[in-house]
Amino acid sequence: MVTLAPMPEPTVTPSAAPRPVAVAPAAPANPAARAVIEIDDVDFNYGAARALHDITLNIPERQVTAFIGPSGCGKSTLLRCLNRMNDLIDGARVSAGQIRIDGVDINDPRVDIIELRKRVGMVFQKSNPFPKSIYENITYGLRIQGQKSKARLDEVVERSLRGAALWDEVKDRLHESALGMSGGQQQRLCIARAIAVEPEIILMDEPCSALDPIATAKVEELIHELKKQFTIVIVTHNMQQAARCSDRTAFFYLGKLVEYADTRTIFMNPANPQTEAYVSGRFG
Amino acid sequence: MKATTTAQAIYGRPTSAKRIETGVFWLLRLCTYFVLLCAAFIFWDIGAKGGAVIFKSSAPFINVPFLTEAPETLNVFDYQGGKRTMGDRAFRQFKAEHEAELKGVPVETYVYSAGGIFPNIAGTVLLVLGSMLIALVLGVLSAIYLSEYATDGPFIRFLRLAIINLAGVPSIVFGLFGFGLFVIAFDFGVSLLAGWLTLAFMVLPVIITASEEALKAVPKGYREASLALGATKLQTIRNNVLPYALPGILTSSVLAIARVAGETAPMMFTAAFVMRDELPWQVQRWTEFVFQGVMALPYHIYVVASKIPQNEYTRDVQYGTAFVFLFTVAAIAMTAVILRQRLRKKYQW
Ligand SMILES: Nc1ncnc2c1ncn2[C@@H]1O[C@H](COP(=O)(O)OP(=O)(O)O)[C@@H](O)[C@H]1O
Ligand SMILES: [Mg+2]
Repeated sequence: MVTLAPMPEPTVTPSAAPRPVAVAPAAPANPAARAVIEIDDVDFNYGAARALHDITLNIPERQVTAFIGPSGCGKSTLLRCLNRMNDLIDGARVSAGQIRIDGVDINDPRVDIIELRKRVGMVFQKSNPFPKSIYENITYGLRIQGQKSKARLDEVVERSLRGAALWDEVKDRLHESALGMSGGQQQRLCIARAIAVEPEIILMDEPCSALDPIATAKVEELIHELKKQFTIVIVTHNMQQAARCSDRTAFFYLGKLVEYADTRTIFMNPANPQTEAYVSGRFG
Repeated sequence: MKATTTAQAIYGRPTSAKRIETGVFWLLRLCTYFVLLCAAFIFWDIGAKGGAVIFKSSAPFINVPFLTEAPETLNVFDYQGGKRTMGDRAFRQFKAEHEAELKGVPVETYVYSAGGIFPNIAGTVLLVLGSMLIALVLGVLSAIYLSEYATDGPFIRFLRLAIINLAGVPSIVFGLFGFGLFVIAFDFGVSLLAGWLTLAFMVLPVIITASEEALKAVPKGYREASLALGATKLQTIRNNVLPYALPGILTSSVLAIARVAGETAPMMFTAAFVMRDELPWQVQRWTEFVFQGVMALPYHIYVVASKIPQNEYTRDVQYGTAFVFLFTVAAIAMTAVILRQRLRKKYQW
């Protein structure tokens, strides 16, 4: 298991403290799975405006965890906390609590944000391949790390494209512009680009929101494959998608975590009436 | 309340709103055509009269001496019942050969009206390239700082305001500033270096503002994608922001090129000589290169258009120089446009 530098001394984590949010005590899909991301009592602020309140949740290794909820409820905000993408926004900060990945507080000043982002990849809502060739897109992450060996880069390109189920479609035009691909292919290229740097965790923010149903099905299939190797956190406003491809689901509402349990429980037997209303399509 | 049917209503009848619409449309159209007409007249006038100087009806079809020689004094005199015109060098030789016949013949002389304008072309090209290089490096770096690094605050807002105001400073003020600072205080003398810096400062506001716009126009998604892959901010800018902004930056430099090439006032204070015998590359030591003054086309136009008599003998050099100047600026600007086109093709987004 890769670890984040630097490793702090083992700390007494406050995660054992009683949680202010009602969390359904559901058996995880794989009870042996270790919590790779631990989010503890996190508050998040955009300047003076609080976007997240007291979020506590553990994300298990090599499973798909879905964040659902009506738009504006803070799903993206929480997701972007996990690779510190929110650092780009002036005044945005985790104002209380702790987020640990592999036991390391990622907001600790000693954490190397570059290393963090190499371990925690991200796929965005709007597919954003660079306006360069497919090959250059995939190798970008490695080349900025100084990888020059052509053989190694070629190998990574093939492995990543195969990993993203894209190899057969594009192997003959690796050196053509990525913008010549269809929307679904572009999004899978972004996934391939993310896995090329061999992250441990992949964050996906509504990766299918701009795709047609066929392309969406392909990405969902891919997510199913990817969880054998990666821990995946996916934000979606499509409840069927969450039901189809996630192991655990967290429902957010107005910046609060309403319910977090395994997906089956959330959809079949939610503990909270708000969750029930949302997943049955009565609001949101 | 419906007095008419839909068919009657939508079947057009002139109303006052429609008449105003038509009137305004024609007003706008005529204004645009008037501007076009003025521009066309200027280009036609210079193109026709200057073109007649540059192009010849017989081989090699181009007035080669005008483009390759230095300016000379024109001598006009009567010889064997007709007017003869001759450049200085030719005239001296002619005089030596025809000593007796020329005795007592009155000779009119007009400075800079014979020979060519090659040193001026060379000087202008050097001035433009050097000052654009300095302006682009300084301007793009500042723009990167302002758009990518600086966090918005009162100081940065003040800085932006100062930069924009700098664009409104008349060029002669830049000329005096450059003269005082570079020529006198730094003791560069009237030199390429002083001219480069002065002209670069003159166009910096335009370049900074336009470059910042171009950088800001690059979609945020590229920055996020790059950072999320573990790139540093600098790597992100270098690989996935600046390249996509270059076409926009080059657009701004096309305008800047025209300005640095044409602004005569700062040039004559800091870099331009009316006349200089050596060409820019005829320097003793390489290090002297940047400390030499040069001849420049716009200053030459100013001199030949206002400091020498206007008559049929001096007309050619005036129109010819204006024509060559327009052509030179267009050629340099075209290079930037072509480069921009290439980059656009390479990084389409
Ligand atoms: N850059 C930002 N600056 C200020 N407020 C923001 C910013 N991004 C999101 N917000 C606010 O934070 C809340 C959560 O937004 P977000 O996480 O994008 O919601 P979701 O992804 O669930 O639709 C919203 O109220 C939104 O207005
Ligand atoms: Mg969102």
